[in-house]
Amino acid sequence: MSKRRLKGWKEIPMGGMVTEPGSSVEFDVSAWRTFKPVIDQSKCTKCGLCWIYCPEAAIVIKEDGRYEVDLTFCKGCGICERACAPRAITMVKEESA
Amino acid sequence: MSTAFRTIKDIPKEEYFAPGNRLCAGCTAATAIRQILKASGRNVVVVTATGCVEVATSYFPQSAWRVPWVHIAFENAAAVASGIESAMKALNRKKKSDERIHVIALGGDGGTFDIGLQALSGALERGHDLLYICYDNEAYMNTGIQRSSATPYCAAATTCPPGRLSSGQSTQKKDLVAIAVAHGIPYAATACPSYPFDLMNKVRRALDVEGPAVLHALTPCPTGWRFDTDKGIDLGKLAVMTGLWPLYEVVDGVTKLTVQVPRREPVKRYLEVQGRFKHVKDEDVKRIQERTDLLAAKFGLGPVRQ
Repeated sequence: MSKRRLKGWKEIPMGGMVTEPGSSVEFDVSAWRTFKPVIDQSKCTKCGLCWIYCPEAAIVIKEDGRYEVDLTFCKGCGICERACAPRAITMVKEESA
Repeated sequence: MSTAFRTIKDIPKEEYFAPGNRLCAGCTAATAIRQILKASGRNVVVVTATGCVEVATSYFPQSAWRVPWVHIAFENAAAVASGIESAMKALNRKKKSDERIHVIALGGDGGTFDIGLQALSGALERGHDLLYICYDNEAYMNTGIQRSSATPYCAAATTCPPGRLSSGQSTQKKDLVAIAVAHGIPYAATACPSYPFDLMNKVRRALDVEGPAVLHALTPCPTGWRFDTDKGIDLGKLAVMTGLWPLYEVVDGVTKLTVQVPRREPVKRYLEVQGRFKHVKDEDVKRIQERTDLLAAKFGLGPVRQ
């Protein structure tokens, strides 16, 4: 897990303005989860239900059409596992670091 | 502009709602907002009243929004949205800008049903060209699960706790779409993120109409409804399949069901999954089922599965 540091007061722009849209991607939510989704690519039918139901946009579509999990943003809720019709997604317990 | 979403390939890949926000794991409101922004595209100004989504997406010094976004107080989401719409119209008229934008006001059920109802009513009455979306998690989840007037009958909340003399919330949920339709607006609809194509097509249609539109989306909340984080989408489906949450749209006063339910599930299946209905007695289940039957008869849903 990459540890991203929040900005200090010297780096924040004057007035505390948020200058970059969507800057919440800098925040690491990976410590929130207990289980992580693992996609079995041989079972995946690429229906995209995990992608449209994921609350976090943590499922990303690669250029070759594969669906993969971005573990930096996954909160481990398990919605994708239940949405997956061919049961290609399983929730695996995180190993302790 | 108006292209219908039919398959998953029609849905744009762009994400206008960034990950890394502080919404709870399994929050279906985040799913709903992702789908709404995918349907609306980037030419949109989002106005958000105080609520779960507002506090969790604008955690200083970060923001989860990739579209222009305004945060305002609890009660005036609709008022600020109508101001932005009027300002944009004036700029277009004076030829200072030729941009065509849509304005979306987003409020929780507290900010819509209780606190923001007056501003919403004013905006609908003045006929501004905006879309008001209420994401309804059926209580004030942000401040710690206090009841709102969207909390359904018998649900437990911290301000209506069940006990020896009480069985949770004693009143019924307000019918927001009926209140909105009473203003004579061109478009009002209910939606649920468990039915993404239905929701996204409704957002498109609501943005396309001239005049105010109201979309009321049910977003199951794992924290406040007390269920496992992975069941949010399933609960939304169950709410539709039991007939508790009929998906319909009202276009110029004509009601049309968009998702038909040929065989309804008994409401007990929906209630027993949630911890907030754990205390509910059999007679209350029977009463909720009777009320749901009336609702189903109104919208022409099918009979209950035996």
